[in-house]
Amino acid sequence: MLEIISHATLVTLGLALLIAFIRLVKGPTLPDRIVAMDLFGVLVVGLIVVLAASSGVRATLDAAFVIALIGFVSTIAYATYVERGDPQ
Amino acid sequence: MTDILTGVVWLAGSVFALLAAVGVLRMPDVFTRMQASTKASTLGLGCLLIGAALQMGDFASLIRVVSIGAFVLLTTPVAGHVIARASYFADVPLWKGTLLDERRRDAGPGDSPPNIE
Repeated sequence: MLEIISHATLVTLGLALLIAFIRLVKGPTLPDRIVAMDLFGVLVVGLIVVLAASSGVRATLDAAFVIALIGFVSTIAYATYVERGDPQ
Repeated sequence: MTDILTGVVWLAGSVFALLAAVGVLRMPDVFTRMQASTKASTLGLGCLLIGAALQMGDFASLIRVVSIGAFVLLTTPVAGHVIARASYFADVPLWKGTLLDERRRDAGPGDSPPNIE
């Protein structure tokens, strides 16, 4: 039962990643793409957490933590670039 | 019992994450997109983390899940604020229907909002 639900959760999260990817491709400005990448980070953390809990491989939780950390730092760095330069 | 709770929370969390993505796709400008993504994705990830904590149950995993949750809860609003501030000062265009822009450059002190009819 839980296996079916965890698969449904993973498929829904994958769909969300796909939709965010459409925004990443479409743009139109650089901040739109940064928002999409930020959402990517959170969605991938959710994906890894669900995978870790349903498969029982606990070590991947550390990877989720690192991805959350890198996502935050990269968002801040991109925002610094946007504030200095041309948004197109 | 634990499995049922986990399933409900996971389904809710994934639906919130999907709604965040739909908001990022459908909203009209950067600022509304940013607010859809930060709020809904934080809620969705929180639900997924609660489900994972229920499912795993041992102390080491619980500590990791709680620290991931606390980190995301602290950093997502900061990231959203920084993106919004950067894109505003980089003159990213606002949505046509925006009613009030309190920081527009030609506004004087005590100026009434321009676009409200």
